[in-house]
Amino acid sequence: MYKKSLSYPYLVWAAAFIIIPLLFIVYYGLTDRSGAFTLENLMAIATAEHSKALFLSLLLSLVSTAICLLLAYPLALILSNSKLGRSGFIIFLFILPMWMNFLLRTLAWVVLLDTNGVLDTLFKTLGLPRFKIINTPAAIVFGMVYDFLPFMILPIYNVISKIDINVINAARDLGANSFQTLYKVIFPLSLPGVISGITMVFVPSLTTFVISTLLGGGKILLIGNVIEQEFMKGTSWHVGSGLSLVLMLFIIISMVLSSKYDNGEGNVL
Amino acid sequence: MIKKWVQRFYLFLIILFLYAPIGTLIVLSFNNSRTSVKWGGFSLKWYQQLFESKTILAALGNTLLLALLSAIFATILGTLAAIAIYHMKKRRQSICMSIVNIPMLNAEIVTGIAFMLLFISVGNLLSIFGIHFEMGFGTVLIGHITFNLPYVVLSVMPKLKQLNLSMYEAALDLGAGEGQAFFRIVLPDIMPGVLSGFLLSFTMSLDDFVITHFVKGLGADTLSTLIYSELRKGIKPEMYALSTIMFLAVFVVLLLVNLSPQKHIKEEQHR
Amino acid sequence: MSNRLIDLQHITKIYDGHKVLDDLNLYFNENKFLTLLGPSGCGKTTTLRILGGFETPDEGRVIFNGEDITNLPPNKRTLNTVFQKYALFTHMNIAENIAFGLKISGKSKAYIDDKIKYALKLVNLDGYEKRMPDSLSGGQQQRIAIARAIVNEPKVLLLDEPLGALDLKLRQEMQYELIRMKNELGITFIYVTHDQEEALTMSDTIVVMNQGYIQQIGSPEDIYNEPTNAFVADFIGDSNIFPGTMVEDKVVKIFDTIFPCVDTGFGHNKPVDVVIRPEDVELGKPGKGTVDGVVSHQIFKGVHYEMEVTACGQEWLVQSTKMHPVGEHVSIFVDPFNIQIMNKPESEDEEAVVLDV
Repeated sequence: MYKKSLSYPYLVWAAAFIIIPLLFIVYYGLTDRSGAFTLENLMAIATAEHSKALFLSLLLSLVSTAICLLLAYPLALILSNSKLGRSGFIIFLFILPMWMNFLLRTLAWVVLLDTNGVLDTLFKTLGLPRFKIINTPAAIVFGMVYDFLPFMILPIYNVISKIDINVINAARDLGANSFQTLYKVIFPLSLPGVISGITMVFVPSLTTFVISTLLGGGKILLIGNVIEQEFMKGTSWHVGSGLSLVLMLFIIISMVLSSKYDNGEGNVL
Repeated sequence: MIKKWVQRFYLFLIILFLYAPIGTLIVLSFNNSRTSVKWGGFSLKWYQQLFESKTILAALGNTLLLALLSAIFATILGTLAAIAIYHMKKRRQSICMSIVNIPMLNAEIVTGIAFMLLFISVGNLLSIFGIHFEMGFGTVLIGHITFNLPYVVLSVMPKLKQLNLSMYEAALDLGAGEGQAFFRIVLPDIMPGVLSGFLLSFTMSLDDFVITHFVKGLGADTLSTLIYSELRKGIKPEMYALSTIMFLAVFVVLLLVNLSPQKHIKEEQHR
Repeated sequence: MSNRLIDLQHITKIYDGHKVLDDLNLYFNENKFLTLLGPSGCGKTTTLRILGGFETPDEGRVIFNGEDITNLPPNKRTLNTVFQKYALFTHMNIAENIAFGLKISGKSKAYIDDKIKYALKLVNLDGYEKRMPDSLSGGQQQRIAIARAIVNEPKVLLLDEPLGALDLKLRQEMQYELIRMKNELGITFIYVTHDQEEALTMSDTIVVMNQGYIQQIGSPEDIYNEPTNAFVADFIGDSNIFPGTMVEDKVVKIFDTIFPCVDTGFGHNKPVDVVIRPEDVELGKPGKGTVDGVVSHQIFKGVHYEMEVTACGQEWLVQSTKMHPVGEHVSIFVDPFNIQIMNKPESEDEEAVVLDV
């Protein structure tokens, strides 16, 4: 019914600003300064400093993804069961914080978590054990969970709230108790949302350089920090692109995994 | 009953977790002391000084203008794309949707450096012809439009799926031209999706740091990049004041929209 | 009381301040096909959901086999439900769907395999074990939903408009299938529908409901031939419902015309409703019947012709295999046995019941 030409402006835009820029990374990643083909930029990941950063990134992003899942799943269940879920309340709840600048929001945790900060003082007055978390990898995980938790909650909530209530009733009717209904019926049916949530948290956690800069005190280098420095400190765009290609490998793996399960249900929106 | 109470408490904890930093920033914006750790008494002086700071106000202007322009462009481009993609054959459709999703699923840092490489290469190319081109407001705008596009397409798509095709055909049958049928029948029907795409784009653009960081070049600071550059020296408390104003303004607007009686009537009818 | 399998006592259910069920009393016997019939919003589905355990009544008790199960959760009840839109588990294949309840109750693998075979045979879908629900047609999915429920050997199978989503032909086929399955299994079926034809075809007993009240309970023949009020008469099949006056026993007056009937005990000169089925109206030559009239509409319906005849100041709906063209003068005759007299509704509430349909 509609003319095909409607898609042309978008396709031109996508080619110019999505596809071609990515090809630039591929080009820079696979060439040296003289423009000759090389795999050296990819191999740069093997140096002690880089592989340590990659390993730490993988570790921290896996941990924060797992924590997000553990926190988000019960919440999505609760929201899908309650009246709150039906109104725009959830969107309201998770979009609103974005109007407080992302950097400031994350930085506020420094005030809260710092030695002699708000929480530390609170723990001290309550006589609870004190902790030193700021400028450690734990603080970075904390920031990742804080920043990306909504991206885990929304897709899971979307899928769960669309499960036909009678399918759940049927499970109960056939003798399953609440727990059996949860792990035999609701959880398998919510998998598309879970997978999509996992990618939505894992990818930004893996590639962040901001959270580690803000909460890691500048001493903890993630792979994102390494790449950012290659570009902004002017070390080598070629090495930076090479490392980005390695990083994209992980992103593509997680995207392929998610598209396998994706039937449009698990979208964030 | 206990179960309900536990659920409420859990929800409360998560909300507390999400909003604790925001509360902290709001408190800090009224703190008389410059250091963020000590409470030096209530004061409005940061709010006063905010309106005297040219750098902050310029960055605010850039940020808002960027958000507005990128949201408008992305909404138009994205809505057209959604309509076109929706009517494609299955195979083409899934290819196009994968492309749409790239800027959303790809790492921001990768998108950012990809843009940077592109713009610098274009700049180098143009300089051969004696044309001067460097990164600035325009390149940031292109970046923001691009990463906003998926949000628009994904907001509009579900509304298109709900749209009753016969309504469009009925409009044609009743003598409307294709354009008229689109603007009078289709567009009003998918408007909620278009609007939420626009608002989401605006918000995303406002909140972006990473992509702006890589494509802003020397000029065109937004609030985010300004804050980042202040990291070493320490954040100016005026920033807290500005963020508080922005946050509370949006909070009040959203609250009014959600509490307006009209919406309640609509929801009642839906049940 | 002894052979009452399920006893619903004084059930009241309120949603948002609206009484969906009001002091409902109803019992079901063993090995019967029972149908709850009524328009949407009459409370039939709510009754079924209370039986299944998905709703708790605000007042009243549910007694099953002499035990109070009012507050028992669905998974503890020995009743199973076939849901309206099948509600199959889309992430499991057919065998896994059917095995679900058996696995939960910890049956042995051999037993489960046997049961799956038996159930698929019963619903005429042998060999479908490995298929996924999405790959089946609506009718097949419905059969699987039934198979999934009956393998648990429930004493009662609850069916919530199970044929609603199927097309006409398949629906008729499934009606016979359901009767066969019920006889083979020897259990009670409680069936909810708004389709009067379905109810008449399959049921041993029909419970006609409207606005939270039971209107009539009886065999399909009773309900069709002897409706107790205008609502039932109008809801079951087509009816002529005329305002009339009961002159004396066995004599009713419609407009100005006297019709002999067989009903007694309504008193003298009482206003009543007169129900006459369209197939019971016999047309003849003018002057040969009780009253004369003119044919005003006529259409062909396949099995018969349907005509409207103006007589006694009323429009008479008539079904006949003989065609009378529009404008023809005819006479109307009705066998006294086919005239059904009903009391006028007394309150406005009951009046509303009639207007609603």
